Amino acid sequence: MRPAPRTWVLAGLLLLLAAVPPLAAWLDQPFYLDLLRRVMIFAIAATSLNLILGYGGMVSFGHAAYLGIGAYAVGVLGFYGIHDGWLQWSVAIGASALVALAIGAVSVRTSGIYFIMITLAFTQMLYYLGISIEEYGGDDGMRLASRSQFSGLIDLADPAAFYYVVLAILALFLYLTRRLVDSRFGRALQAARSNEARARAIGFSPYPYRLAAFVISGAMCGLAGALLVNHTLYLTPEFMNWTRSGELMFMVILGGIGTTAGPLLGAAALLLLEDLLQGWSLLPKAVTEHWQLYLGVILVLVVLHAKRGLAGLIPGKNE
Amino acid sequence: MLRTVYACILAAAMAIAAPASAQQKVKIGFITTLSGPAGAIGADMKNSVELALDHLNRKVGGLETEIIYGDDQFKPDVGVQVADEMMKRDKVNFVSGIIWSNVMLAVAPRVTGAGTFMIGTNAGPHELAGEMCNELFFTTSWQNDQTPEAMGKYMTDAGLNDVYIMAPNYAAGKDMLTGFKRTFKGRIVDEVYTRMGQTDYQAEISQLRAKHPKAVMVFYPGGMGIQFMKQYSEAGLRGQFPLYSVFTLDELSIPAVKHAALGQYETRIWSPDLKNPANEKYVGDYKKKYGGKLPSFYGAQSYDGIMLIDSAIRAVKGNLADKKGMIAAMSKANFNSVRGKFTYGHNHFPIENFYLLRAVAGPSAGADPVMEIQKTVFTNYKDTYGSACKMK
Amino acid sequence: MNLILIAEQTLNGLQLGVTLFLIAAGLTLVFGIMNLVNLAHGALYMVGAYLGTFFFQQTGSWPLAVALALAGSMLVGVVTEVVALRTLYERDHLDQVLATFGLILFFNELVAMLWGRAAIFSTIPEYLSGHVQIAGGLSYPLYRLVIIGIGLAVALLLWWVVARTRLGMLIRAGASNRPMVAALGVNIRLLYTVVFGFGAALAGLAGLLVGPVYSVQPGMGELILIQVFVVIVIGGIGSIRGAFAGALIVGMVDTLGRAFLKPTLATVLSPTAADAAGPALASMLIYLLMAVVLAFRPAGLFRAVR
Repeated sequence: MRPAPRTWVLAGLLLLLAAVPPLAAWLDQPFYLDLLRRVMIFAIAATSLNLILGYGGMVSFGHAAYLGIGAYAVGVLGFYGIHDGWLQWSVAIGASALVALAIGAVSVRTSGIYFIMITLAFTQMLYYLGISIEEYGGDDGMRLASRSQFSGLIDLADPAAFYYVVLAILALFLYLTRRLVDSRFGRALQAARSNEARARAIGFSPYPYRLAAFVISGAMCGLAGALLVNHTLYLTPEFMNWTRSGELMFMVILGGIGTTAGPLLGAAALLLLEDLLQGWSLLPKAVTEHWQLYLGVILVLVVLHAKRGLAGLIPGKNE
Repeated sequence: MLRTVYACILAAAMAIAAPASAQQKVKIGFITTLSGPAGAIGADMKNSVELALDHLNRKVGGLETEIIYGDDQFKPDVGVQVADEMMKRDKVNFVSGIIWSNVMLAVAPRVTGAGTFMIGTNAGPHELAGEMCNELFFTTSWQNDQTPEAMGKYMTDAGLNDVYIMAPNYAAGKDMLTGFKRTFKGRIVDEVYTRMGQTDYQAEISQLRAKHPKAVMVFYPGGMGIQFMKQYSEAGLRGQFPLYSVFTLDELSIPAVKHAALGQYETRIWSPDLKNPANEKYVGDYKKKYGGKLPSFYGAQSYDGIMLIDSAIRAVKGNLADKKGMIAAMSKANFNSVRGKFTYGHNHFPIENFYLLRAVAGPSAGADPVMEIQKTVFTNYKDTYGSACKMK
Repeated sequence: MNLILIAEQTLNGLQLGVTLFLIAAGLTLVFGIMNLVNLAHGALYMVGAYLGTFFFQQTGSWPLAVALALAGSMLVGVVTEVVALRTLYERDHLDQVLATFGLILFFNELVAMLWGRAAIFSTIPEYLSGHVQIAGGLSYPLYRLVIIGIGLAVALLLWWVVARTRLGMLIRAGASNRPMVAALGVNIRLLYTVVFGFGAALAGLAGLLVGPVYSVQPGMGELILIQVFVVIVIGGIGSIRGAFAGALIVGMVDTLGRAFLKPTLATVLSPTAADAAGPALASMLIYLLMAVVLAFRPAGLFRAVR
């Protein structure tokens, strides 16, 4: 079976991304390495959200919480002198999964706007909690004394090496998501999204599938948080703010929900567009000073006219 | 398809942004908040930077100058990205600005770690005055705690007891009240922390009134301050309990509260009515250039930031590679600051005067109140964290 | 704890609740009737505040300013609906969230371009400032009582319109079966536009009323947006009764929590622990409340209008 055009585009993108470090070195533009690495980290977070939002139909406004938990896992362990990357990242994934389980157990019973609101509520609670804990900086945040160490295997302080680690994780998660979605588990999840009554009539309860997807998604996002704090070398409770959740949602929706390539396209589009509108010297001052106005218009236009998001503009597997 | 378009745009942008061959030009990056509710502060700082450049004929230290503005959107990670962009893509010689402590704590180590000068013009977190001090970091503002410490000293000297203190419940809020309590020796009736971004203070105002304090001291920056001051006034408390504050009432918020601000006290290192030639020129030209508006202390500090850089470049005769020379020059604070003469501590934080300001009626009927200096609270005041700084 | 203080705080809670209701009513109406998640509701509230301030400055007459600002908000709402929101009714909530968020960015910047980024000066007329003596030595700001009065009047008006008028009947019918109502010859498009305009006017009314006591600046909508969403979720989306109940509950809980949580905690915990825990808990209180309500009643307290 020949892969669809969309799969080619995704593969092409990943190859393009892989080519960036040598390209950036050749052109002496190391900044773009950092920029695209940030794009990929958010793409990983968006991919995790796409699993429950795009395929599961669960609009979680609280996803930024896991970015925060993953980041704080690394930060807090580092605060106590533990820099071992294996341990830090495992705790990041594990803690996020646990919190997702706790939040999910309560939230997944609700649906629609109520699900949105309750996930939002939990994130806000974590955010206010983060602000009030003074040992870890409160909202001044925490500096990361050193990047996660991987016992000499990989040095994250090397920008290119770190870049490839992120790219590898992104590719891995994209592949995992695809496999998960195509499996029986994934099909059950999608069936529950499109017609819950029918799913129940057939004889399975959507609840355990949704909860499982929620936990997996949270764990993936926790890893993205660990990567993010390694990237910025700094973390604040801002990572968990609801507006951050909103940004993640936009990346998923902008890119095209329920598609594999969507999250990457969405993250790239939103972050690069933001950077472009603000800093591109060819744009008139009126645009760069009030760039949020133009971003707002672009967002509205995309929603109104590009129904399936950016990925929807490229024919996919079943079209 | 769209991704290809973006890739093309990216390649084009990279090509356009590639630096010209090295020449005698100085590039200064200025990071502030230009969007969102705090954008007004950023606009004031940017206006002041532009005015400084005008006064220097667009030649800082005698060199052709390119100024690049960045918007941190009040987010530390965006601030870091903007700083990275300035250093790696635009290859700036100086990064300056930054309003917020949490952004500064993320950006400053990044900038100094890359061997570039960081000239802060507002945020003064204690870490950077203490254990995280760095020879490439200078600030033209203050250390966060000093302003409330000055207020604490004044209120102790004025014999005020039974003071009710309030702040929002976040790091800066707690720091402000801690700083106040360090120097205030009187009795504190209650210490209240409110929610970040809270709009309605009726509940707190009722509690306050029930406690009958002699004075109220608050820290409420931005929109929170405007809301609190309006509601405090509306509740009729201005006549009952005098209001003292830090970083709450300034030239940016006065137009929004107008006469509700009359009689309020603040402590600060600068005021538009400070009498020295540099300040008179700054305030006068600012009013002329920006439609009669008065600058705020954010702007004054930013203006000084550019002047500091100017003095350093002049001292090394334009040789931007001589960083040690520029550090030595900056440490002397040998320029005409709008706050008057001051010196630098070994941690590169200013040792300067702190004044008590009061909002009094404006020059004509119907004009906004203006802040006027009442007295000097501290002369050549040093911050409390310098001992933790290991620099010479 | 003295009785007057408790009475005063109760009145404060009522006032906050009514304010939240004014803002929430329009949002729940639009969501309940038209199934539209409108994040830009906060932007319409902001527009109302700016228009109210502007017209009062220009005309010097508060009643005139209120009328003009209401009309202006309704106009902005209608134009937005026709230009940007019409196609969204058929779409799912995700698209609506994204599009209306885009509108928030747009309106914030628009207002910043017209009036600058700094907060503008907004005030109430002389005859409304000042205090009223309520029984027991309690002196309360007159303007706050005016807000409570107007809020209660709006609640009654809404109930009457929806339950007792022909328009209300059409709205309810359109909500439960849109194609049928259209087939019966009712101009559904016009109906929806009218309802949205009405919702926008409500948001604008809330904005112009609280503008003078809050800060009128770009982005002021986002500050209250979350609280308002919490209100309608607790109350039950689409239910005006629910919005009223939810708003009062949230207003009370939040006010009493901020006032009395720390002293109450201080009786069981050490003062320093209470000092730290009190404010943190008070910030989270309304979210905890929402989580608890949803745990027992996943669709909120009241059922929707239909």
